[in-house]
Amino acid sequence: MSSSEVGKEGVRGERPGREAQIGKGLRGRGRRRGGRGEKAMVPEAEFTSYYGKPILNPPVWKSLDIAGYFFLGGLAGAGSVLAAGAQLTGRTAAARALKISSLAAIGGSTAALVHDLGRPERFYNMLRVMKPTSPMSVGSWLLAAYGPAAGAAAALEVTGLLPRLGRAATAGAAVLGPAVAAYTAVLAADTAVPAWHEAHRELPFVFVGSAAAAAAGMALVAAPVRENAPMRTAAVFGAGLELAAAAVLERRAGLAAEPYRRGRAGAYMRAGEVLSAAGTAGCVLLGGRSRAAAALSGAALLASSACTRFGVFHAGVQSAEDPKYTVVPQRERLAARGPGPTREP
Amino acid sequence: MGFFTDTSVCIGCKACEVACKEWNAVPEDGLEFTGMSYDNTQGLGADTWRHVAFIEQSKPIGQNETGVDHGAADQGAAAGAGGMRWLMASDVCKHCTHAACLDVCPTGSLFRTEFGTVVVQEDICNGCGYCVPACPYGVIDQRKGDGRAWKCTLCYDRIGVGQEPACAKACPTDSIQFGPLDELRERAAMRVDQLHGLGVEDARLYGQDPDDGVGGDGAFFLLLDEPEVYGLPPDPVVTTRDLPSMWRHAGVAAAALLGGLATVFAAHGREGGAR
Repeated sequence: MSSSEVGKEGVRGERPGREAQIGKGLRGRGRRRGGRGEKAMVPEAEFTSYYGKPILNPPVWKSLDIAGYFFLGGLAGAGSVLAAGAQLTGRTAAARALKISSLAAIGGSTAALVHDLGRPERFYNMLRVMKPTSPMSVGSWLLAAYGPAAGAAAALEVTGLLPRLGRAATAGAAVLGPAVAAYTAVLAADTAVPAWHEAHRELPFVFVGSAAAAAAGMALVAAPVRENAPMRTAAVFGAGLELAAAAVLERRAGLAAEPYRRGRAGAYMRAGEVLSAAGTAGCVLLGGRSRAAAALSGAALLASSACTRFGVFHAGVQSAEDPKYTVVPQRERLAARGPGPTREP
Repeated sequence: MGFFTDTSVCIGCKACEVACKEWNAVPEDGLEFTGMSYDNTQGLGADTWRHVAFIEQSKPIGQNETGVDHGAADQGAAAGAGGMRWLMASDVCKHCTHAACLDVCPTGSLFRTEFGTVVVQEDICNGCGYCVPACPYGVIDQRKGDGRAWKCTLCYDRIGVGQEPACAKACPTDSIQFGPLDELRERAAMRVDQLHGLGVEDARLYGQDPDDGVGGDGAFFLLLDEPEVYGLPPDPVVTTRDLPSMWRHAGVAAAALLGGLATVFAAHGREGGAR
């Protein structure tokens, strides 16, 4: 009998000449992926795990579908608010463009959601019940109300029919739009995934800020320069809110904030910040003078919002795949509660 | 009804894994050789509803005399070791009192049975996958190629006709015990006291407390080490406990978006205005 001990790092105290290495052949057990000159924000936490295997089952969602769904839902929802504002202040070209983009975005986001289902042919089961405890159920009903409103607003705008009904649909979409943009944050936070759940206070603000920046970007791309003054202000508002909320998140979420700075998630988040800064600066400085500069800034804002959503998505997946993010905070929680039934051996 | 899994008498035979697969016709999910102990199952998933964990530690159990004295023979690294112990534990869905998977299921496919267990209706599930990251234990999962979510049903069909679940039936050492929860909790408390009396100080119950983060597990365990050693979360909390706060924050965020953009347009006024 050998006294070798199997831990996360491999074998300790193994006999000489032993060839079967513990842990060989397991997928994705690298200690530090994507450690290109990254400094850890906190020292490596000591914790035990079952051969380094994750405790949680990571989300089975496809990143393109679900991060895309977050992005398109935000673009549609905030776009409806901007469309109503543009219509009320006589910016007709911007209003028209935003109504069309909101309909396209909500169509795309619904398609992404259905495409991500394991059984897409049963998508209508989402409306079988109404459950406040399930953000996905709430979201399905929200989409069922918002989608037709956004659709009617766009269709009546393009055809010019029934202007009064069109105004009502525009108003309805503007009221429901922010809910569509914000609820996706709850969808992510209402899971056991540490990077999402621990961020449940800040995530809605990151998402609505990101949504406002994306919709303002769409308006800068699609509307003439003479109508885009409020859109530029909206871009500053959205990008600022997104940036501030993300900063608060990273300060408050403790260890769960770490994935937002690491690996693929970190790359997306950084890209989002850079694009957001470039897009905001571009539209403020040049967006009121040149159509090309406005469109370019708008495209940067749209890309920045998409990057943020992908960053948040991947941060969640990364935090679920490493048992550290599950075990260490829970251990600290237990320790803070004082001596419980567990005993140190 | 529920399970009490006493891991101190588990011999790692994996009869529960086999019986579960056989009875529930759970498909094969890979024949991977992990090389990380004798456990090639690795963990619970859509096609593994019982999983026996194997842990090797250089530590005797209680007052056991472990190891063999080889006298003067060269023992390599084993020399001077205090012996070693194997921990084996059959893991399963916890059938939480406050079940996150059930709470977040948008179709109502997951439901609470008359036995207090949590079961998926496979003719309803549309494979949205929401229950998968919601589970604080990493139990329920989506079956590849099928798209729906699957997990232990506590043998809903068997207990409906007065039989015990297949895993409990197959367990040769009665490590897996099935019955009414209050009875099992009583029995578990006695077993812990007995083990403490034998000098097994590490023995502790996991998931038996109705006041814990998930309101107590319908399948609870007697463990001989910290839960994370077995791949269990040390202090799981049902995610929906914070849901009211989440909805409040989302409501404020939505209002901030509407109010913020309304303020922007109010400040700019009609087209052709300032700025």
